[in-house]
Amino acid sequence: MPWNRRKRIERASDLRLESQIGEEERFGDLMRRMARENRTAMASFVIIVLMALAAILAPLLTPYAETDMDLLNRLAPPSAAHLLGTDEGGRDVLTRLLFGARVSLLIGVVPALLSLILGALMGVIAGYRGGMADAIIMRVADITLAFPSMLLAMVIMYSLGGGIVNVFLTLTLVNWANVARVVRSETLRIRSGAFVEAARVIGVSRDRIMRRHILPNCLPTLLVLFTLNIPTSILTESSLSFLGLGIQPPNASWGLMINTGRQYLYNAPWLCFAPGAAIMLIVLAFNFLGNGLLDVLDPRQKKQ
Amino acid sequence: MERMTLEVRHLFVRFRTEKGVITPVNDVSLQVPEGSIVGIVGESACGKSMTARAVMGLVRAPGEVTGGEIILCGRDIASLPEKARRQLRGSEISMIFQEPMTSLNPVMKVGKQVAEAVLLHSRCTWREARERTLAAFRDVEIPEPEARFDCYPHQLSGGLRQRVMIAMATVCKPRLLIADEPTTALDVTVEAQILKLLEKLRDASTSVLLISHNLGVIARVCDRVYVMYAGQIVEQAETEVLFKRPLHPYTQGLFWSVSSLREGCETLKTIPGVVPNLRHLPEGCSFSLRCDRCVAACEKEAPGLVEIEPGHAVRCLLATR
Repeated sequence: MPWNRRKRIERASDLRLESQIGEEERFGDLMRRMARENRTAMASFVIIVLMALAAILAPLLTPYAETDMDLLNRLAPPSAAHLLGTDEGGRDVLTRLLFGARVSLLIGVVPALLSLILGALMGVIAGYRGGMADAIIMRVADITLAFPSMLLAMVIMYSLGGGIVNVFLTLTLVNWANVARVVRSETLRIRSGAFVEAARVIGVSRDRIMRRHILPNCLPTLLVLFTLNIPTSILTESSLSFLGLGIQPPNASWGLMINTGRQYLYNAPWLCFAPGAAIMLIVLAFNFLGNGLLDVLDPRQKKQ
Repeated sequence: MERMTLEVRHLFVRFRTEKGVITPVNDVSLQVPEGSIVGIVGESACGKSMTARAVMGLVRAPGEVTGGEIILCGRDIASLPEKARRQLRGSEISMIFQEPMTSLNPVMKVGKQVAEAVLLHSRCTWREARERTLAAFRDVEIPEPEARFDCYPHQLSGGLRQRVMIAMATVCKPRLLIADEPTTALDVTVEAQILKLLEKLRDASTSVLLISHNLGVIARVCDRVYVMYAGQIVEQAETEVLFKRPLHPYTQGLFWSVSSLREGCETLKTIPGVVPNLRHLPEGCSFSLRCDRCVAACEKEAPGLVEIEPGHAVRCLLATR
């Protein structure tokens, strides 16, 4: 996994919400502060927004369709008509890259969100209820984490079959455990806080305390985990598609494009180069953004 | 006979830990008459707060209430199931804490937190809950209640936060309010204001059980005082009687450790040592290790709580001789 992921997850679990609320920072202020203090993160944010726009507006940005074949024009090098060349079926690489961005971004965001929700729920329940619930949830999480995540993803994908919904499911099942562990430790910290006690004193029920008092206080941590989970999902999906287990042709996904381009690496290197660069760019962007958020939200990093 | 808001009889709280069983609340009985403020005083870790938590039904594992009755307005609530206990909390019996800085959820507007208490215990609309919250804010003398309603806790001062806490605890007009060191974290002027509020509550038919290690606070507002040591009540009396004629060496020690500005005081006298580890209590009187008048009998026989005069009881062999 990219760089010091574990270390950053640990730092994310230390975040306090007071760091933003404490100074009455709204989301806009937060972004402004990030723009001032961490330009890389801000640039990453811009790149992500541009990529998302490009993915959404894909049909307007290119004259070709995703699956249009032009067999007379196979493996054409980059030119004015085909800015990034064409692939083995004569399809425009740029077009496929744009449509592939839809898949890749969707696969970055949706499973990250799903695993965030699942993990947060499990983590809060484990941390607040304790006892049997805690033991069962955390053992399941340990088992999930005990497998190398790629292997686990491959096994699940293999038994479920390809297709985008199954990719969502797989990535959620692979990633939730990390979130659950962090949220559980957050919950343990928050539940000993006096305000949880105060809520119990006025008769607030257990479920309501989890929902209204504990989860909102985990939000900054969850935000950072979210941005850190997205690149993991994208990379995993790319690997799965590269291995032929993810998105199925003729639909485009960046991993899949690299897989098909691999056979023509010597005579048409642009087939691999373009999607590879795109993956690298988006993963780096999300990682930098996650790091930037971590810095902005972490009170110990604050200047003055 | 006086009517009792709260009557605790022979309450035990035990913690089963790997190193053995400890009993932070050991056979505690106390009474809070209607319309009164009753104090519990003692050093840190002597079982005051644990008694309060047991009354609230908030003892966390591995601790548990292992015996005794908790009678609230004539009804034993110790044996009620958790759900029924929860419905009592906030509506019949409520509590405020020592740390006003951390007792409010930092991401929730304070008005909303107080209104939550209203909505939990009565069927009413959000509008009515808001009205009642504002009324409660006025009762605890929060200036500009409408403006404060939408504040987050960090925007308020410590004194205001404690007022919000009191509003939250009393918005449903409970019969009993337990105040666990409500003024410890506040400065003296705010302390005086908060104590006034407690007196106002008492006059509005909410009895108060005030836990404190500050004898000045106890003397000012309490009608009756219980002195706790190592999980037991060692002396109980009307406030005036206790301050005039303390009988237990521990109570006397507590008085001596208070510096007085009026008398030209010499060295501050202190009680030697600390509250003993509950796992290794001495065999006889639990205070014998630190007592300067300890005799041989004290180390053999644990004294019982004996009534010396009506309403004044003490747990000491010397006082009963």
